Amino acid sequence: MTWLFLPILIAAAVAAYVGGRAVASRRARTLPAGERSHSRPGQHGAYALIWTAVPALIMLVAASVLAPDIERQLTASGAPEAVQQLEPFRREAFFADARAVGDGRAAVQIWPAPYAELLPAEGQRAARISQMLSLGGIVSAALAALLGALFVFSQIRPGMRARNRVEGWIVGLLFACSAVAVLTTVGIIASLVYDSMRFFASVPIAEFLFGTQWSPQTAIRADQVGSTGAFGALPLFAGTFLIMLIAMAVAAPVGLFSAIYLSEYAGPVFRATVKPVLEILAGVPTVVYGFFAALTVGPAFRAFFNGLGALMAGGPLDGLGQYLMLVQNQMALVAGMVMGIMLIPFVSSLSDDIINAVPQSLRDGSYAMGATKSETVKRVLLPAALPGVAGAMLLAMSRAIGETMIVTMAAGLAARLTLNPLDTVTTVTVQIVTLLTGDQEFNSPKTLSAFGLGLTLFVVTLMLNIVAQRIVQTYRQQYD
Amino acid sequence: MTDTSVTPEIRARRLRAGLKRRYAREGRFKLYGLLAIGVAVGFLLLLLGRIIEQGHTAFYTHTITVPVYMDPARVDRAYPQGTNFELLVAEQQLARMGVADDAAGTKAAAMRSLFSSELKFAAAARIQRNPDLIGQTVPIAAPVSDDADLFFKHEISRDTPADQRRISDEQIDWLDRMKASGQVAAHFNTGLFTKGDSTEPELAGVLGAVVGSALMLLVTAFIAIPLGVGAALYLEEFAPRNRLTDLIEVNINNLAAVPSIIYGLLGLALFINWMHLPRASPLVGGLVLALMALPTIIIATRSSLKAVPPSIREAALAMGASKTQTVFQHTLPLAMPGVMTGAIISMAHALGETAPLLLIGMVSFIPGIPASFGEPTGALPSLVYIWENASERAFHERTAAAILVLLAFMIVMNAAAIFLRRRFERRW
Repeated sequence: MTWLFLPILIAAAVAAYVGGRAVASRRARTLPAGERSHSRPGQHGAYALIWTAVPALIMLVAASVLAPDIERQLTASGAPEAVQQLEPFRREAFFADARAVGDGRAAVQIWPAPYAELLPAEGQRAARISQMLSLGGIVSAALAALLGALFVFSQIRPGMRARNRVEGWIVGLLFACSAVAVLTTVGIIASLVYDSMRFFASVPIAEFLFGTQWSPQTAIRADQVGSTGAFGALPLFAGTFLIMLIAMAVAAPVGLFSAIYLSEYAGPVFRATVKPVLEILAGVPTVVYGFFAALTVGPAFRAFFNGLGALMAGGPLDGLGQYLMLVQNQMALVAGMVMGIMLIPFVSSLSDDIINAVPQSLRDGSYAMGATKSETVKRVLLPAALPGVAGAMLLAMSRAIGETMIVTMAAGLAARLTLNPLDTVTTVTVQIVTLLTGDQEFNSPKTLSAFGLGLTLFVVTLMLNIVAQRIVQTYRQQYD
Repeated sequence: MTDTSVTPEIRARRLRAGLKRRYAREGRFKLYGLLAIGVAVGFLLLLLGRIIEQGHTAFYTHTITVPVYMDPARVDRAYPQGTNFELLVAEQQLARMGVADDAAGTKAAAMRSLFSSELKFAAAARIQRNPDLIGQTVPIAAPVSDDADLFFKHEISRDTPADQRRISDEQIDWLDRMKASGQVAAHFNTGLFTKGDSTEPELAGVLGAVVGSALMLLVTAFIAIPLGVGAALYLEEFAPRNRLTDLIEVNINNLAAVPSIIYGLLGLALFINWMHLPRASPLVGGLVLALMALPTIIIATRSSLKAVPPSIREAALAMGASKTQTVFQHTLPLAMPGVMTGAIISMAHALGETAPLLLIGMVSFIPGIPASFGEPTGALPSLVYIWENASERAFHERTAAAILVLLAFMIVMNAAAIFLRRRFERRW
């Protein structure tokens, strides 16, 4: 029903615009010759539109926010004794089924004797209540629109500064848009902190941050073996760090060197062909990289290392050979390398900007002293650009830490404290996905631990970003 | 170091030698740069090449045409759906090839497993449309099962030991004989584009995910573009320079760098657990992606607003326009090509985003094609993730095909953005 009201409201708003315009131009005609109305009729119309639509919309939103609670209370309080004695969630289910029966559909559950007979009558009563409520919402919205319109039409006169008022509303609306960005941050922090607090109520923070055992399976039955659940996240941090290091070992040199080549050596044609290629590489969704890592790079690396192990087995390095023969697809090296490839365009375009920001006079000075291009790059450009490049690397590290799909698809689930790139490790993001995509019971430490991990991830990446942006900013100002 | 012992010739020779070394270093350095670019470009080619190589086979599939006698004793006129057409086709094909079955019907069962279960529905629908076919011999083009299809595509090799492949030597022999008799035909796999997800690879298609992604992007576009443009207009044109606007600015820059999975956690906590919006629905997915796309749209819009020269604003103000009129009638229209380019690119980015979708429930198996914003749906990137995890071998080629579909959409969107930029963008 609310949806039916919206077209009416739109029509009313349009009518208010047309009416306001007409009234304003009629009243302007009563002015003595030589005097003019402050605002144009259309601006009066827009002002009338705002005052008609906004109060009604506020009422509608308020009604739709409040209605479910009121409805729940009204239906519950008016119900027969037997229904009132049900537990709250059973009562919800009862009314859901009652509504279904009232609409002529079948009930989802099978209800025992006293309830089964009550279903149709209660269903009709619940439907009546919800109808009353939505009708009430619409009536109050219509009333608000009417009052707003009465107010605004009494206000229209040639001296009113309608344009300024309309513009005030518009700027207010634009401000509200930019406030959404702040609200998003508030929402992120609030939701992460709230659920993390509930998690830290059952697992101490120190144990979470420094514990070395991670096995989040909690007991279904108290006597189950190995089901106590351990929430020491250190192995996850170590795994994340290891994969990030491997990724940076690939992305930092390749990205930096390609940026140097593109900005210092490449001709315009070469630049114009390579830049789009890098942009494509940056635009490929991470799930595609994950697929590539899991089904192409992983098996290839495994075959290579297993083959190498088979060659070495029996020789002087027998132990190492035996180990290499058992290497799995999901080694840290695979996820790290593919993530490094993913980061190449990111590092390269950031470094490109930063190298280009170094003033030409520094280069010219170096060339004038007889330095070659590479000497200029190594001794002048890079030292000058160092803070900026460092900032770019920090941003890339933050990306690597927060990256999810590649590690989810190509890294393993075994939480292990190791720095061996051929081992399977797991990361913070992989565990968040695993914890929240399987069968989950709400409010168990297992599910809530994902929010603890999320909060840690958010704090770490935020700090990296803030530091990096500071560095880049001060660096830019240095040469502005 | 005495100057007398070093004659000018020696100095010149030393310099030349040093110069040679320095030029060699220069050449090496340049080579490293070229190598780095070669690595990046090579990986891109390898990535795309591998995905095309793995995925192109999913775009065609095979049928085996079998003339089937619609036995009135087996096919019920009133209820053709009840007939086991797969077995009927399998038995008659066996008889045609002269293979005697045992009492338990194991050969017929083995033959039957070479056909897709789609055969049953297609045949039943055909009989229902034209019941007079009962009692006649009708050529039926039976879609093959995923394993038989892989065999025809040489993805399952006959050289693999029999216990390590999913079809037996006998079945391979039958498939070879049917192929030799010209019954096997390859054709375009329309099902891939007209069907929703399925647990059976040969019946699985991407349509459900494409529709789900489209609905989701619609929600994202409707929320993120107006909000983002509004916020950018405020920050760039109206905001006074004070601590509040500084805070908003720092905030937006940081939001752009928040890992996407954090947005998934936000969506789970805010939209699903707190607001009780339907799980895995395009509405929730679109909202989460909108929050994610918002900072990028704001940043893109601001930079294109910045690119409009101040003289335009000053001219409008000088003619008596108010601040708002200047912005909405002059600055924004001139910045529009840049705004739209930024918006399309951020939409393309949102299309490929996967991690937040997993957290709001889009990992579950959803066979239907979504028809509204409130019902559970899949999305293209999450379908890639689901299929990649599936155990059947035939899902691998389909995963690569789904990736190709996803990339095709992204290429179209990016091409549109490039076109807009080339066609309308002005340099001042």
